[in-house]
Amino acid sequence: MNEPVIIANKLTKRFGDFTATNEISFEVKKGEIFGFLGANGAGKTTAIRMFCGLLLPSSGSATVAGFDVFKQTELIKQNIGYMSQKFSLYEDLTVKENIRFYAGIYGMSRRLIKEKTGPLLKQLNLLSEANMLVKSLPLGWKQKLAFSVAVFHEPKVVFLDEPTGGVDPITRREFWNLIFQAAERGITVFVTTHYMDEAEYCNRVSIMVDGKIEALDTPRKLKQSFNALSMDEVFLQLARGAKRAGD
Amino acid sequence: MNAVTVAHIVKKYGSKKAPVHALDDISLDVSKGELFGVIGPDGAGKTSLFRILTTLLLADSGDATVDGFDVVKQYKAIRNRVGYMPGKFSLYQDLSVEENLRFFATIFNTSIAANYELIKDIYIQIEPFKDRRAGKLSGGMKQKLALCCALIHRPSVLFLDEPTTGVDAVSRKEFWEMLKALKQQGISILVSTPYMDEAALCDRVALMQSGKIMSIDSPRNIIKKFTKTMWSVRSAEMYRLLNDLQQYSNTEKCYAFGEFHHLVLKNNGVERDEIMSYLQYLSHREIELQVALPNIEDCFIELMSSTGK
Repeated sequence: MNEPVIIANKLTKRFGDFTATNEISFEVKKGEIFGFLGANGAGKTTAIRMFCGLLLPSSGSATVAGFDVFKQTELIKQNIGYMSQKFSLYEDLTVKENIRFYAGIYGMSRRLIKEKTGPLLKQLNLLSEANMLVKSLPLGWKQKLAFSVAVFHEPKVVFLDEPTGGVDPITRREFWNLIFQAAERGITVFVTTHYMDEAEYCNRVSIMVDGKIEALDTPRKLKQSFNALSMDEVFLQLARGAKRAGD
Repeated sequence: MNAVTVAHIVKKYGSKKAPVHALDDISLDVSKGELFGVIGPDGAGKTSLFRILTTLLLADSGDATVDGFDVVKQYKAIRNRVGYMPGKFSLYQDLSVEENLRFFATIFNTSIAANYELIKDIYIQIEPFKDRRAGKLSGGMKQKLALCCALIHRPSVLFLDEPTTGVDAVSRKEFWEMLKALKQQGISILVSTPYMDEAALCDRVALMQSGKIMSIDSPRNIIKKFTKTMWSVRSAEMYRLLNDLQQYSNTEKCYAFGEFHHLVLKNNGVERDEIMSYLQYLSHREIELQVALPNIEDCFIELMSSTGK
């Protein structure tokens, strides 16, 4: 659990004279669940896009899964998983087709895809829905499937951008069980959320304000140092000071 | 007279052979001046209910009134009396902040000046940007503008469909402060949300799931109906603890709840010592175990499991 999977060093992104992400530095370890919090407009999305190899940083340095965010963006993309509430699965493909499609994109062999599809459908309780279009599934099932598809190729790290928005409380917890299981398998989980109880499920949490990381520690230590009872209070104390308006 | 009455409303989508019940025999009343929350996840039926009450959608059966008027026969009267903020941002992106507001005021035969007092506290926060196009505003400012536009004709009933979804914790707090202030002005408010913690800020709430209302009462009374003993448990290894407690023979249910797990036992008189020795036997360290008070989310989970999901 000691080998770092994400290393960021003064990573910065400027758009004109606006500094969206301002010299952020941290390391995330293998198998760690890392909560990446911040108010709307704090610069989270910009940072995630740089880590995913989708946006070139302005300065600083970072590696993801051992690859450089400036020079090796294609290798990064092959070695990560990504899921957000907005972008996940193809609604007009069936459950099985979505799995096959994504696995194929990530270069998994047909044999391996076939071998792993059955157990996954069984684990998600989706055996009888395997040939149904994804759009006919309830949101909670879609989100769990989307996560499973994002880690199907066993990436070193998976980025989750508000994965549980709008999901009922039981499904939300089932979703987090999938996250815990992935982390146990050694997959690093980098997650953003607006649910402060979910911040508690992370090994460590960073809180961004106006492009900078203002706090980074375990939830317990953050609460201690901010003299707060809950992560909600810690977040409010920090984010209330934000000058920037949201996205 | 109630601000809103809903009696046995049914709304189905999809084919006749395989209909999806968006609303399955829903009934509720909202009193004048009440801040009423409709709490539930996506797919619960919140938006369908709001669209029926704002006369944008016809129910398959059942009756509903808003401010005393029938949603079918007197829909025009209702449209003059309600404010509606849909979940999706629906203002004119190419009009400026001020133009949007003036547009909505004009449609309702009024002016910004006539109702400025009502929106003042909210509008002054976006007034510095009044010449900016709505499409160029930040999420939080869009939300404030949408609220101003929904209020500019001084509606008697305000419908807010998931105003805080995807909004950070700070903006959510601010938004609820604004709602409290509006309530003081005597406007009846129906607000829907998937965030369980916002239920506590409402006078009364309906907890919805899959087109049905599972419970409807004040947050305090809903919590009172949770009569089982609930424990909160913590140890050095939270994920293993969760799995171990879920496998414990006396466990009815156990789920993660922020920094603790919540544990409800089968009704068989198991005491604290027995739970402790079970956990110590599995060599858990730094165990903390205490009786905890349930909140709305616990009640929602309990109701979901008892109504068979």
